[in-house]
Amino acid sequence: MSATTSPPLRSPSANEDPARPAGPAHRRRRWSEARKSWRLHWQLYLLVSVPVAYFIVFKYIPMAFNVIAFKDYSPVLGPWASEWVGLENFERLFSNPVFVDLLTNTFLLSFYVVLASFPIPILLALALNEIGNGWFKRTVQMVTYAPYFISTVVVVSMIILVLSPRIGIVNQVLALFGVAPVDFLGEPDAFRHIYVWSDVWQTAGYAAVIYLAALAGIDPALHEAAKIDGASRLQRIRYVDLPGIMPTAVIMLILGVGNMMAIGFEKAYLLQNNLNLAQSEIIPTYVYKTGLINADFSMAAAVGLFNSVVNLCLLLVVNFAAKRVTGRGLWR
Amino acid sequence: MTTMLTSKLRRTGPAASKVREPLGDRLVLIVVRLMLLVVLAIVLLPLIYIVASSLSSPAAVNAGRVRFWPVEFSLEAYQTILNNAEILQGYYNSLIYAAAGTVISVTLTVAIAYPLSRKSFYGRNVLMTLLIFTMLFSGGLIPTYMVVQDVGLLDTRWALLIPNAIGVWQVIIARTFFANSIPDELYEAAMLDGASGMRTLRSVVLPLSKPLLAVLALMYTVYQWNTYFDALVYLKDPDLFPLQIVLRNILILNTPRTGAVDLAQQMHQIQLANVLRYALIVVSSLPVLMMYPFIARHFTKGAMVGAVKG
Repeated sequence: MSATTSPPLRSPSANEDPARPAGPAHRRRRWSEARKSWRLHWQLYLLVSVPVAYFIVFKYIPMAFNVIAFKDYSPVLGPWASEWVGLENFERLFSNPVFVDLLTNTFLLSFYVVLASFPIPILLALALNEIGNGWFKRTVQMVTYAPYFISTVVVVSMIILVLSPRIGIVNQVLALFGVAPVDFLGEPDAFRHIYVWSDVWQTAGYAAVIYLAALAGIDPALHEAAKIDGASRLQRIRYVDLPGIMPTAVIMLILGVGNMMAIGFEKAYLLQNNLNLAQSEIIPTYVYKTGLINADFSMAAAVGLFNSVVNLCLLLVVNFAAKRVTGRGLWR
Repeated sequence: MTTMLTSKLRRTGPAASKVREPLGDRLVLIVVRLMLLVVLAIVLLPLIYIVASSLSSPAAVNAGRVRFWPVEFSLEAYQTILNNAEILQGYYNSLIYAAAGTVISVTLTVAIAYPLSRKSFYGRNVLMTLLIFTMLFSGGLIPTYMVVQDVGLLDTRWALLIPNAIGVWQVIIARTFFANSIPDELYEAAMLDGASGMRTLRSVVLPLSKPLLAVLALMYTVYQWNTYFDALVYLKDPDLFPLQIVLRNILILNTPRTGAVDLAQQMHQIQLANVLRYALIVVSSLPVLMMYPFIARHFTKGAMVGAVKG
């Protein structure tokens, strides 16, 4: 690269300096910039050191502690002095028949969550956007938004109570039609449906708010023009609203897929029981049980590391694909 | 274009255009309203059912007679809750965690987001990248547990306050707010007046950032009130348990409570236990529900601020 003019590596954005020339002159300039910044902001550097220490201790050191996935961890020796075993933990994991079930369960559950919880908030937002700003819209929005703030423990308790074979209202209603009581939570096949649809119940209203904001940002002139051109409501939704919220939808989808493998431990663990374990045991719950209940730290760290890496790869792949298809990604 | 518009307006008039919507459009609107009504019912009915059950008599609940209105109105379950030491302790603990956690989290979030928002702060891009990376790749449960153990937080109240104190998403929201709503001229004025970095933050930036502080405080309060994972992993001492863990033990694990003397009393206890679950759900969600009007407004704002930068 020449010392004087090099093209910008990426398009400059508002918070970034325009491309700087490389080479020694560039390094000198950076140094003086850093010194100037220190003179101006030394108090802020002290201020920022506390949260930075937090990130180092609680986020980055744990990343380093993942070395125990390649070791036979002994609490006495600590993570650094423990004996190396290479890939033995991973071999043990991959050859364990449980592993395939775990992976299948985790993947199917997450895939189902993304599949259901991506389109529904969009539909909800589009519907809310159609009906104008009356009390009805406000009520629906307020009510659908509320479950997001109920804790996981409470939501799972509600599921258990509502679906209870003896006193739950669902079985009471089924009994009216002569259906014998069903223990839904004891059915492995029902687990995913319960998990996913209760999730939609809880988060659709919250997610819709983001799309509503995007819809509000659409230039009204577009709608006016479409109306004058004789577009029906459905056509306006299809050709004005949908393209208008597309960028938001892409970001939400990337984030959704990116979080796929990081699917919540909290809810799956609470919904688990011995009867539905065949489908409800997912990687995060397995990590918890292996590591903290059976105290096999190395194994649990190996499973966790595997999960994090798969998750990161997924995110990068989806981001790449989204960029290719729509020209937009998480990092423009 | 404008002439077309005005001629169209003249022909139909602004009021008429609303009335004379094509039949198809009116039909669509009706279908949309009906669908939203169904959605409303789906979300609301389970909640009403829970509240109605919590206010019904144990016998009615156990016979499955409660639908969406209390049957044989009774407050017995609520009275039992108010006399249960375990639940009260959990409530008290959760209040402490929510209050202390919010103060710590908001302080730390501002402490990192504010410098990151200053354009002249050298190293901000590197720092931001390092923060974002923790969103994409996490150390994982076990290594984090080892760190918490090593720094001696295990089985102390701090274990719930420190290890998850800063949310990267919240940092992004705060940074975006500072960057967009504090004009550079103010910084220049503060500098000319000889204000130091901290003084500028305290006397200029924070007074202008009350909406942001409200958003952050609400987000962290709700998080602290609702989470149970950290407590499950890091706490052994029942005296430190937050409400959510107590709830889990009672609601989901069915831990048996104090034995009753005779059979009739025992029957009643079992029946009461079921109503108790409904009442507990209501009581534990009450603080967040009371804050809900504020939450709804501020969370929406937070979502918008975050959405600007995506």
